[in-house]
This record gives sequence, structure tokens and C-alpha cells, in this order.
Amino acid sequence: MQVSMTVNGTEVSRDVEPRQLLVHFLRETLGLTGTHWGCDTSNCGTCVVLVDGVPVKSCTQLAAMTAGHEVRTVEGLADGGTLDPVQQGFMEEHGLQCGFCTPGMMLTARALLDRQPHPDETTIREAISGQICRCTGYATIVRSIQWAAAHPAAAPSDQEVRA
Amino acid sequence: MQVPAPFDYVRATSVAEALQLLERHGEEARLIAGGHSLLPMMKLRLARPDWIIDINDLDELRHVTVDGGLLRVGALTRHADLLDSEEVGRLFPIVHDAERVIADPVVRNRGTIGGSLAQADPAEDLTTVCDVLRAEVVVAGPAGERTVPMAEFHRGPYETACGQNELLVEVRFPVRAGQGSAYEKVERRVGDWAVAAAGAAVVLADDGTIAEAAVGLTALGLEGLATDAAAALVGQRPGEEAFAAAGRLAAEASAPVEDGRGPVDYKRHLADELTRRVMRTAVARAGALTAVPGG
Repeated sequence: MQVSMTVNGTEVSRDVEPRQLLVHFLRETLGLTGTHWGCDTSNCGTCVVLVDGVPVKSCTQLAAMTAGHEVRTVEGLADGGTLDPVQQGFMEEHGLQCGFCTPGMMLTARALLDRQPHPDETTIREAISGQICRCTGYATIVRSIQWAAAHPAAAPSDQEVRA
Repeated sequence: MQVPAPFDYVRATSVAEALQLLERHGEEARLIAGGHSLLPMMKLRLARPDWIIDINDLDELRHVTVDGGLLRVGALTRHADLLDSEEVGRLFPIVHDAERVIADPVVRNRGTIGGSLAQADPAEDLTTVCDVLRAEVVVAGPAGERTVPMAEFHRGPYETACGQNELLVEVRFPVRAGQGSAYEKVERRVGDWAVAAAGAAVVLADDGTIAEAAVGLTALGLEGLATDAAAALVGQRPGEEAFAAAGRLAAEASAPVEDGRGPVDYKRHLADELTRRVMRTAVARAGALTAVPGG
């Protein structure tokens, strides 16, 4: 079936099986492998993307269900060469170790800060409670999000995104 | 990789169209809302529908309104919507208690009240909440709408009064002046199913005694309300003695099974302890409400 949606601001349209999950549509059909694929059971949260600005677990949503909606993945966080404050926060505060949970954590953080620019620590911990960091680096993830909240227009103009 | 078996997908744009599609595709069609119960079951081949009817576009089923002594909640209302509603929290604090411990915040962005009730998982929280609040559900079918009390809607694990050609459209909670309510769950970690949970709703009489009480248990093998526990509370002065009696009777009414979440003794203990805790909170909340008028 033909499925059309907006991904990171770009309209995409592909012929997919109705059973294709959003995570596989993003990773395999579109080649956007920044969204990670973990437990497959909506427990780990590494596959979190934003659909219409709301964090969802893309392993538990069909691509077909997402047709007509706006998806934002980790590839859509940086604005050209400028990192999103959340991305820079994860750099400044060492918010990642192995990096597997990072895309999902950053998107949940982005959605939280869009809704609530100055969350307290409890609110941040609650927001990421559906996502697992197997390195157990939660303290630095929380600090990274706090850093982003404190620097809403963070990235200096010389901040380059390096491949 | 876990992927569902092949199926055909169709999106409904109205309740009427969803019902027509259910009628047309028959036994092997399933409705999908949040999908956080159905899709995992499809990945495991516990469910293998030929047709998936997506009802996420039915905005007419996504509302939270107070109307004529009833709180009306559309079946497609997300868990996150209920948590966001201050009015729901004020009128029925038990709903917020339960919603805070349903799955996790990201799953709550998708999961719906109608999906939870229709799925009728034995460890699902909102069935107990609706039971103690004496909620009714509205079911739409080919012959029109019918209203079913929660006690008749929930028939047991994974079984409800909603027929294959019907659609749950609304949940209605009667607003009771001076009602206090509470829910508490023990879970191993965020997002896990309940080891056990209990819910209670009470109304206090003018003299401070308990005029009405309802107690329900989740994941403890009890279908419907713990009626003996509730009966023991009515007419009593709220306090530890009455709560302990209710806890003991709720534990006796429970029929837990041993599994990875704990042995029978432990779960029975939780039935007792959680009943006492939710009664304490529900009474305190009812007291706070009755104390408010006049200052």
C-alpha cells in the first residue's frame, strides 16, 4: 500500500506492506538508521520518535497508521549545522556511553522541553522512565537535559555537526 | 525480528464507517487504536487478524466532558489526555492514581481508555477503576448504541460484552458529591504489569461514617468488586479497625495465582495491605471534600 507522511520536514511516499512497523519504515525503507531498534516489545524505548511532536515507540506503531502525520527522528534534531540544545547537552554532560538509547532519549527530552521549558529533576526522570539505558547512565542523561533546559538557544554559531 | 503476519489495512473515518467495516470483514477483523496490546500480540501470533481497521482518525471519540452529572470520556481518549485533565483529577483522583502507573509515559501517549477496557487484560488497571466508580460504557453496533454497566461489560480475562461487530465509543462516570477515591499498584518496575493493585471509592455520611464504599482488586483473580469488604465498611466510622477488616475480607475474596511476579501468599498479603492503603487515601480525600464547604 502507498504510505505518505512528513519525515523531518520532507514529504515522503513509499509502497509498503501494511504490516511494516514505523521503526522499519524509517530504518530500512528510508535509510534513517538513527532511530534504533531494540526490544521490539515497547519496553526499551530506543525506537522513540516524535509523531506530531509527541514521543511514541515506533516498534509498536504501523507505518500505515502514521500516514498523513509528521514524524521527527534524531536526524531531524539539528538545524543545518547547528545542534539542538538537547544534542549539545548530551555532549556537554556526557549523556551517552554506548549511544544505543541516545536517539530516543534525546527526542523525549526535546518533546518535554517543548512542552515544559523548565522541568524539575523529578519531571525529567518521569519523562524518560519508559526508556532504558543499559549503561545505566541515567544521572548524566538527566544532567544533559537540565543543561539543554538552561541553554535554550544553546549551540554557538561555530558549532559544526561532524559526520 | 518480530513482525505481524500479513493483513490488510483500512482506515475508518467515522464510527458508522468503522461499524460497516467490522460487518464487512467479519470475525477476522480487529480494530486498532493505540495498538500497544494488539500489535505485540500480533507479533507473537497470539492474534492473527486478516484485517486491521484503524480508528485513530475518529476525533469524535476523543473527548473529556462533564455533562449532567456524568463525566463522559471518549473511548479514543489517550491515557496522557486523562492525566492532563485537571477536572478528571479533581472529580476522580483514582483515575489519575491509576493512569500514573499504567505502562510508561511514552506508551501512555498512544494507549486509550477504550482499548484498555476492551482488551480486558486481567492485570489491566482501568477495569478496577471503572468498577469501583460504577462507570458505564457505551457500545455502538449495527442496531445503534447501548449502555452497559461496567459490572456487565467486563466478563473475565480478555472477555467483554462488546461483540465482534461492535465498537466501544464512550465511558461514563457518575459524578458523586463528596466521593473520595484512590488506587495503588505494586509493580516490579515502571511499565510492568501489576503484581497486584487495589482501588476504592467512598462517600461519607454527614456524621462522618462511611455511607457507601466500593473496593476492587487488579491482577488478584477477583472478577468484579470485593463486595464483602465493602459491606463491612458501610456504617462504620473510618479508621484502622474498619480498614483492617476490609483488607482481610478483600484478601479472602482474592484468588491470586503464583507466577514470576510472586507467590500466592505475597499477593494475598498485597490484597490486604493495598486495600487498607487505598481506603485510607479515599477516606482522607472524601474528608477533605466534605470539609471544604463553608470554609
